[in-house]
Amino acid sequence: MTNLEKYINAFVEALEVPAEDVAALVYGESTAWDSVGHMSLIAALEDAFDIMVDMDDIIDLSSFEKGKEILAKYDVEL
Amino acid sequence: MSIEVSTLHTLPPYGMACEEKQAFLTEELKALSLHHVQRCPAYARMLEAAGCAPGDIRSYEELPPLPVRLFKEFSLKSVPEEELHRTMTSSGTTGQQVSRIFLDRETSTLQSKVLAAIMADYLGKQRLPMIILDTSAVIKNRAMFSARGAGILGFSMFARDKLYALDENMQLDVDGLTAFLEKHQGEDIFLFGFTFMIWQHFIDQLRKTGYQPDLSRGILVHGGGWKKLADQHITTEQFKDALRETCGLTRVHNYYGMVEQTGTVYMECECGRLHTPVWSEVTIRRPEDFSVANVGETGLIQVSSLLPRSYPGHVLLTEDEGRITGVDDCPCGRKGKTFEILGRIKQAEVRGCSDTYEQK
Repeated sequence: MTNLEKYINAFVEALEVPAEDVAALVYGESTAWDSVGHMSLIAALEDAFDIMVDMDDIIDLSSFEKGKEILAKYDVEL
Repeated sequence: MSIEVSTLHTLPPYGMACEEKQAFLTEELKALSLHHVQRCPAYARMLEAAGCAPGDIRSYEELPPLPVRLFKEFSLKSVPEEELHRTMTSSGTTGQQVSRIFLDRETSTLQSKVLAAIMADYLGKQRLPMIILDTSAVIKNRAMFSARGAGILGFSMFARDKLYALDENMQLDVDGLTAFLEKHQGEDIFLFGFTFMIWQHFIDQLRKTGYQPDLSRGILVHGGGWKKLADQHITTEQFKDALRETCGLTRVHNYYGMVEQTGTVYMECECGRLHTPVWSEVTIRRPEDFSVANVGETGLIQVSSLLPRSYPGHVLLTEDEGRITGVDDCPCGRKGKTFEILGRIKQAEVRGCSDTYEQK
């Protein structure tokens, strides 16, 4: 699996949404990605890439696109 | 605002001495009041009725505090409908009206960041393994999402591996706890829960089962009010003694906070005092004429916070009684005012995060 596939997969599994929908996801704008889903998503990303995300980044990760920028800080190339 | 909202959370939580902080708060709360006057017509009318022109104030204590109750009766917001991100509701047992607090993304993010900054002062920057002294059932049903669930989730940000100490039937998960503690041996552990739930379900079952988990590396943060414990004549000391005896837990921090001002929690330090962080302040008012009380004098607690931008809840009069216990003089070294809570005023309705748990 490529890193992008792993990234998409984390959204699919944590938020229980179809893969084709993830690119448009924004935190708080769907029932799937609420605060419960958010913590599952963080856990899924941490597992997938074996990283530990800082508190500020957890708060800032507010969209599918923003998440890519944040992962870059942890040397995850998507 | 003299300070950018986006950098507000980077201030050291307890680094500003009281006198400097009063000037800082006056400037910021003046700007914030003008922000709400422009965006919330109901708030503008209330200030006008109170004869207050926020542009002219010399101290933030001249701003009339809104009673927290107002948020139960009215929908007060300073953002257009389409910018609303979520609505928080206070806990309330059946039949009670709940507060509704309207959050946009900016205010919601600010709340999370400030809470993170305050917690880092007590827990360190590292995210710790976390034991939630509550039942996993509380967040299972998202539709029934309560202040209790929201509190648990908000504090879960500070964790990297989580365990609920109680199962869905409120039974102590002994196997789960044992495995979790083994896995995280030698690490600090963050524990979070609501005061009454901890007393009623966690401590009680530890005593009954005789199970003694080693939580000597634990740091407990608990809140939600003492009302139910006070009714049972349980003191802070008894609560702390019980935790030390049953599981070796000695680092225990109570906090005071409310859904109307999420984010700026008032944490109890190692010396047992509640501290005001740089973003918010406690003012004690005399119940007879609402004038500002002196240090040590008991009165109604007013809370002022720089965080509420999407609703005019920046200066609020609570229904709690308390007194200031010191100014810039706590032995723990944190600057600013310290205070204690003495209880809920009479006639006030029963509320509070853990207080609303109904026994079956």
